[in-house]
Amino acid sequence: MPSSICVESRLNLQICQRSLRFIPKRLDYNFVEMRLLCLSLLLILSILLSACVPSPTSPSDVEASTYIQNKGSDTIVNLALAWAERYQQEHPDVRISVTGGGTGTGMAALISGTVDIANASRQIKPEEVDEANKNGVEPQEYVIARDAIAVIIHPDNPINQLTLEQVSRIYRGEFNNWKELGSYDRPIVRLSRETNSGTHVYFLESVIRLGNDDNKYFFSTDTLLLPSSEGIIAEVSENPNAIGYDGLGYVTPTVKVVALAEDPAGSYVIPSSETVNNGSYPVSRDLYMYTGSTPSAATQAYLKWITEAEAQEIVTELGFVPIKDQAEIR
Amino acid sequence: MKLDATKNEFWITLLIRISGYSSILFVILILYFLLREGLPTLGDVSFFSLFGTRWYPIEDYFGVLPLLSGSLIVTVGAILVALPFGVGTAVFLSEVSPHWLKSVLKPVIEVMAGLPSVVLGFLGIQIAAPFFRHFLNLPTGLTGFTGAVLLGFISIPTIVSIAEDALNSVPATYRHGALALGATRWQTIWGVTVPAARSGILTAVMLGVGRAIGETMAVMMVTGNAPVLPFRLDALFLPLRTMTATIASEMGEVAAGSSHYHVLFFIGIILFGVSLIVNIIASSIALRSRSRAERLLS
Repeated sequence: MPSSICVESRLNLQICQRSLRFIPKRLDYNFVEMRLLCLSLLLILSILLSACVPSPTSPSDVEASTYIQNKGSDTIVNLALAWAERYQQEHPDVRISVTGGGTGTGMAALISGTVDIANASRQIKPEEVDEANKNGVEPQEYVIARDAIAVIIHPDNPINQLTLEQVSRIYRGEFNNWKELGSYDRPIVRLSRETNSGTHVYFLESVIRLGNDDNKYFFSTDTLLLPSSEGIIAEVSENPNAIGYDGLGYVTPTVKVVALAEDPAGSYVIPSSETVNNGSYPVSRDLYMYTGSTPSAATQAYLKWITEAEAQEIVTELGFVPIKDQAEIR
Repeated sequence: MKLDATKNEFWITLLIRISGYSSILFVILILYFLLREGLPTLGDVSFFSLFGTRWYPIEDYFGVLPLLSGSLIVTVGAILVALPFGVGTAVFLSEVSPHWLKSVLKPVIEVMAGLPSVVLGFLGIQIAAPFFRHFLNLPTGLTGFTGAVLLGFISIPTIVSIAEDALNSVPATYRHGALALGATRWQTIWGVTVPAARSGILTAVMLGVGRAIGETMAVMMVTGNAPVLPFRLDALFLPLRTMTATIASEMGEVAAGSSHYHVLFFIGIILFGVSLIVNIIASSIALRSRSRAERLLS
């Protein structure tokens, strides 16, 4: 009895319609049904056929002589992909495969010697160095870019500066009205990235828990978790109640960037390439790549290219902060 | 020539038969896969933690209650929006509207049904959320209510087309009888036609529920995704997080085989169960109405 199963598909709707009709079926109904049936059969056939025909434009593979395996941090994965794409265009003889999986995954692969370069959004841990040494690997560290996280509010909000402690207490749910921070009388709406974002984790550890692992503070449960950086910018620039955070590269002039200070007595700093590179902005971190003790010539050439102006321009495009050497190279 | 015709007949029948059976196969495979990936949750995560009140998977808090309640609130809200609009439109189309208007309205509703939900979600972020924030004076426009309104719009076309069919299938003699007894047009609609089509309209609503609870993209964009367990009546006007949005936003990054991965599939099992129940209710209502009609006509 097909009529008892009514799903949204048009064809089935037609069948439903007929079963609900008590009046005698009109002749043209059969005709409509036939036509729909033929159409859907044609559709199925065409899909089957198109799957069988080989695609005529299979690119002629350039024989690659060198492979570089690159794995690790999800924060860096887009940057690493952009670099790999550009580098392969310029050096067709080099093949770079980039995968994510997290900093820990990359480190594990480096220790077991299955990758050439491990991406990391944190420094290598002493335990990981010990493990590596046991396997005869001495990890080499390269700082490849920097990442600053800006705290942003609506331009109408009179607040200009906050301490990390205040930001932490806002996100923990201890402040619920901007009035409590000396601003206007409005509720605070907290915005965050989704939990799978590296930025979310970094913000949790270095701002909400103030860099102290013993703090077991959480984001207040009513924190809005938005799926994209653009979503945060859109809501903050539109909503005077909102506070959010985002990678420096995503920040647009439609929002106000708050100056942050580590303690109330210290100076409040606005994030920029300069303040990130001289270390005065408190919410920034280095991004790393690690290699084994003796990286191959191709890997060395790639890592050298990464620190040069062309690659560091991509860093800026993707919203990270280029490393200090940038200014000197130019 | 005749041989050709029988041959064609054979192949076409075979194709039709295969496509018919394939849907049964697909449902069974989906169910099998869901159970295989989702049931290990019960071993990984304690029952207490699974039905806890906090959802924070990166630190192993897997409380699904905030997500379940989020989905329920949005769906109920969506039906409250879609029911009056959907049934009203269906009544208008089938009982009141002149023929030319009907021939314009029906295709327009079909277009609405085909609108990708991501487009609605985009309009929701850009227009609906700021509007509701100003209009209802809320802290933020990214709330369950905004999601419910969008979902209502998504389920209206489903409700309209099925409810309108149910109304059309009410025998014309009912209307003639009511009008002959001196009832006005409105009295006929409200007192005779709509009650006679009651079970068809209920089916329409249940299918609308099914459509709403499974919707992902629009709710992910506008509900704010905050996993809050509702304690007060105004929870509809606060941010919330649905089961579908959770699966969609977290499945991409989760390590295969981890507890988090299994819990996401477990949420999939819950969703599957809910939509199965909704569909069973819908088809049992449809079935009951038909057998009653058959009794009447025989």
